[in-house]
Amino acid sequence: MKPNAHGRRQFLREGVALAGLAVGGVRSASGQVAKAAPEMQLGDLDAYGQRSKFVTSARILGGHMEPFDLTMHLLTPLQDSVGIITPSSLHYVAAHKGFYVPDINPEQHRLMIHGMVDRPLLFSMADLKRFPFVSRIHYLECNGNKPRPRHKTVQEAMGRTSCSEWTGVPLSLLLKEAGVHNGAKWIVAEGVEENKGAMSIPLAKAMDDCLIAYGQNGEPVRPQQGFPLRLLVPGFEGLYNVKWLRRIKVVDELYMTYNEFERYTADNMEAMDPTSVYRNKNYSLLEVEQGPKSVITCPSGGQQLSGRGHYEITGLAWSGGGAVQKVEVSTDGGQNWKLAEIRSAVHRKAHTRFAMDWNWNEEEAVLMSRCTDELHQVQPTLAEFAKFWNQTTEYIFTHRRPIHDNFILPWKVDRNGNVRNGLA
Amino acid sequence: MGTFAMDWHRPLVLVAVLTVCTAGSAQAPHYNLGKTPTEEEIRAWDISISPEGKELPPGNGTATEGAKLYVQKACVACHGPDGRGALAPRLVGPLVENVYTTEEVMATYSPFATTLWDYINRAMPLKGAGTLKPEEVYALTAFLLYKNGIIQEGDVMNAQTLPKVKMPNRDGFVPLDVSSWKPGRPRPFKIAPDPASPKK
Repeated sequence: MKPNAHGRRQFLREGVALAGLAVGGVRSASGQVAKAAPEMQLGDLDAYGQRSKFVTSARILGGHMEPFDLTMHLLTPLQDSVGIITPSSLHYVAAHKGFYVPDINPEQHRLMIHGMVDRPLLFSMADLKRFPFVSRIHYLECNGNKPRPRHKTVQEAMGRTSCSEWTGVPLSLLLKEAGVHNGAKWIVAEGVEENKGAMSIPLAKAMDDCLIAYGQNGEPVRPQQGFPLRLLVPGFEGLYNVKWLRRIKVVDELYMTYNEFERYTADNMEAMDPTSVYRNKNYSLLEVEQGPKSVITCPSGGQQLSGRGHYEITGLAWSGGGAVQKVEVSTDGGQNWKLAEIRSAVHRKAHTRFAMDWNWNEEEAVLMSRCTDELHQVQPTLAEFAKFWNQTTEYIFTHRRPIHDNFILPWKVDRNGNVRNGLA
Repeated sequence: MGTFAMDWHRPLVLVAVLTVCTAGSAQAPHYNLGKTPTEEEIRAWDISISPEGKELPPGNGTATEGAKLYVQKACVACHGPDGRGALAPRLVGPLVENVYTTEEVMATYSPFATTLWDYINRAMPLKGAGTLKPEEVYALTAFLLYKNGIIQEGDVMNAQTLPKVKMPNRDGFVPLDVSSWKPGRPRPFKIAPDPASPKK
């Protein structure tokens, strides 16, 4: 420790530095205030902290590379997840038709609200941050999050969902500022990226719990998540959560944007069947609002149990319908179910962490989890899901339908403790 | 605070006052933040086209002009000769039998012609989005509609004619009754039956 050879200012500065290092008030034997090491200059890596070099959990590419090298899908490593928050760096990324992530200067970014309103409004980011804000924890999930027999891991099968704390202005508040006209029924939300992603959203949803979010997990929304501004439409299919949001137009009808033209249409195969659920207009929003879903993240595909004894079966549950009411777990392929414990805070339309004690006796097991939400909607098995759609499971696996595949993904454990996809 | 008189009409008066206040605050701006965009600023960003084509700008185009632009603007490089598809999606083809096994063609699958105009205008060509003039977008839209057998080669597409084009999949569209959808209700169908009570 160096003697204090400087004046009061220096003393104060060092005192602050010491306090910052949480060792303030340490005194040397001579009774003088200890002097800190020379002020540390933080390198870039220290200034924005890095994880241990021994932690290598990473996103992987979903499906195939897009021919124009555009961002399509990056999948969250759910097998490594703990708790309910996905680190922003590991949040899944999805783009319906692919795009280059725009590099937006927030000082130049604007949000316009117009259409069927009394007062069209144009906001800067600084304007938006002066409004009352709220922070809420919500999951996002791409409707392409469809477990298939070919998937080896939970990341491949279910990695198109993540959960963050989002901070922003309630959309309803901004719409009230603009004064929505009677007769308005929809909004069209649009981004500023290359193809200016646009979606039609029911006004009733816009006035309910949508957020104009500028914060994600305690910092600005990441570029791949829409920096500096994104729409959050909790419980709706991921595509509705428009990134790089620059415009909201209040309108009186569905706009049938390019992201929507393959929805709301009975495909010809189903059109031949007059009883098809697609023929019932009350079902038309069914691929939009997501149902109850859960997945066991550990033990999961590709992992191995290291011998008999105690394990925690743990996973995530969520629902577009609201809060998770309960999660049940089966170790015998769905013959018997037990209530799992909820091991996290329970937020509406958010990942919820569940776990159950399990004593593995080196016998074969089939692990399943089943979510029930606050609306008493229950996650189906694959057989129940296929029966509802009046299709074979083979058809479910080979057809690209825009609906939310929320059936249970089982994991098979063999006598050696190898865990494999139970759909295969 | 005084006590309420047990006057039968008193609650009605209160209700009426509250209703007026609520309606008033819902319509008047409270925070007065942001600015009013100019007409030009709105027009420049107002690019989502409704099925009736309310936002379509003035201009005209035909398939003949569109055929030239399809080559000049290098659409052909990614979408292939005659829109048969290459690196980028197919633009000409029949209404697919099953959209979930075969990639659909926007011109034959979308119930509204405005969707084509909208997408070409907002997103094409790759890395040059926003550079096409309205008459060029009308011409390219007309070209794709003509190549798919939906309009005649000489038909002029503009803000009046385009929304009136009868698309082959128009009747495949299930009209959405959005007024029946409310947040916080169960979905109007039940995939899984109610399970038996679990054992503790």
